[in-house]
Amino acid sequence: MTDWFADNSLLFGLALLDGLANAALIFMVAVGLNLVFGVLRIVNVAHGSLFAIGAYTAASIGMFFAARGLPPWTGYVALVLAAVAIGAVLGPLIERLLLRRIYGHEDVLQLLVTFALFMILEDVQKLVWGVQPVSQDAPLKFLGTVDIPFGEDVIPFTAYQLFVIPGVAVVTLLGLAWFLRRTLTGRVIVAVTTDKEAATAMGIDAARITLLTFSFGAGLAALGGALASPTLALVPGIGAQTIVLSFAVVATAGLGQIEGAALTALLIGLGRSIAVYFAPEFEVVVPYLIMVAVLLVRPQGLFGVIETRRV
Amino acid sequence: MKRESLLAALGAIGLVACAWAVPWLKFVLTIALAKGIAVLGILLLLRAGQVSFGHSMFLALGAYTVAFLAPAENEVLLLLPAAALVAGGVGLVIGLFLVRYRDIFFGMLNLAFAMVLYSLLEKLYDFTKGTDGIRVAALTFAGTEPERGTQEWVVFGIALGLAILFGLLVRFYLGSPMGRALAGIKTRETRLEFMGVSARRVLLFAYVLSALMGGVGGALIAMTTRHVTPQIAYWTSSGELVFIAILGGAGSALGPFLGSVAFELVRVYAAAAVAEAWQMILGAVLLLVILFAPGGVWGLLSRRWRA
Repeated sequence: MTDWFADNSLLFGLALLDGLANAALIFMVAVGLNLVFGVLRIVNVAHGSLFAIGAYTAASIGMFFAARGLPPWTGYVALVLAAVAIGAVLGPLIERLLLRRIYGHEDVLQLLVTFALFMILEDVQKLVWGVQPVSQDAPLKFLGTVDIPFGEDVIPFTAYQLFVIPGVAVVTLLGLAWFLRRTLTGRVIVAVTTDKEAATAMGIDAARITLLTFSFGAGLAALGGALASPTLALVPGIGAQTIVLSFAVVATAGLGQIEGAALTALLIGLGRSIAVYFAPEFEVVVPYLIMVAVLLVRPQGLFGVIETRRV
Repeated sequence: MKRESLLAALGAIGLVACAWAVPWLKFVLTIALAKGIAVLGILLLLRAGQVSFGHSMFLALGAYTVAFLAPAENEVLLLLPAAALVAGGVGLVIGLFLVRYRDIFFGMLNLAFAMVLYSLLEKLYDFTKGTDGIRVAALTFAGTEPERGTQEWVVFGIALGLAILFGLLVRFYLGSPMGRALAGIKTRETRLEFMGVSARRVLLFAYVLSALMGGVGGALIAMTTRHVTPQIAYWTSSGELVFIAILGGAGSALGPFLGSVAFELVRVYAAAAVAEAWQMILGAVLLLVILFAPGGVWGLLSRRWRA
């Protein structure tokens, strides 16, 4: 066994590094999904589409900047711009025009409205960006690679995937925890999540909080997509892939858990990348196996709290 | 009640007439009937207030059962029960686990199982030919091997017959105490338990029945398209099934068939009109139905009668 580890230490190292970047991206999407579910009580199937559109927008803005001859560091500005644009424009648009009409409807109908939105946004992506792969790796190349010693070997790994992606995820995690617990708006969001009726009775404008939360969640998904855009070729279907993965993270972590979502994303991200290197056939299966195994033992999710049954 | 049967009879005659008058529609309508049978299963779970976002796994199980068995045994009358048995059996095994969960967890676990099946079908290339899919071998019906045109009619006829059979079965089931208890899970599960009814057992029965119908639907699809790919198990296919259930209306066993015929026709015409944006059109139709006709096609029809 130890021999096997020694033989495969290089692969393990790669899997760990890949898994970390992977987990950071899943976390960005899953945490937004979780936040939106908490306040709106809607499982947003179109959340993955926001990830995809964020990625495409970031690539487009980045290429536009590059074509204008702007310095390469503006590629990072493009990533942030894309996330802000989706969060500030598309998010409020979806919430105001569509979701607002169906609050209080049956769960199935709410779920299907976001499914319809998903179908529409999938085709919007194809119409705007076509079906050919889109890619821009300027932000990836700009920072170069770092040599990481692994036993006797050295793994060259891109600094972008090593520092930028996990860094943004950590900042998001800490920032979000601080925002929700220490600021007034954050506490109001938590209040609405816990008991919307009571919060409204206390004079909280739930409609405003809903709009804010949804837009914020949309922005987080788009930021995840924007961060991912330099590392992958953008093709139709990445939104559909992302959303099922974040469903797995949210369900495994339990609803309403932010730190829990981060740990679960790490677990699932690492599990997946280890599978990529050692059992590629099972790469897609691993997250769901983890989810099923966890829910088998803890039906409320790893970090979920059991809701009292209302009679 | 009488009107429902009348409408069903008229619908069946209408379908046969359409298939006869416009030959290429026969293919579309057979698929619609097959999906309708699967959506009947979604309807059962919706009665209990549960949404399965992974029901496509049972269609895939039925379809792949046909594809795998066909080279060895190509008798349609044996393949259909085999597909039903496989899907129902798997439904029972995972159902035992799933009925402990409700709402989002129920939906997501279904999704998880469907995604596991999807990726296995996709990745185990030696066995399933991956995304290329498997071609279904020539089929025989009651020992005879009909020529192409007749075969299409045979599968269409079987689909129609099974649709009527399962429609009646579901209607009977929903009217029975077991079926009524399903609605109890949606409104107040605790009250069911107070009356000594095991909610889990009630849901399990519905789940196995819905899995079985999913398997039959999938088998019919495989017999019609004669080509099976993992796409049938992907989560978007499950979403489509729930879409059809809402489009048709969850109020009647006729709803799934009204929904699936409408869905397939919109899909065919939208794909022909704007090849790039058919999904967008379907999405827009879904939004319109939910916002302006939440009872679905069935709701529109029955409201007209009452008025």
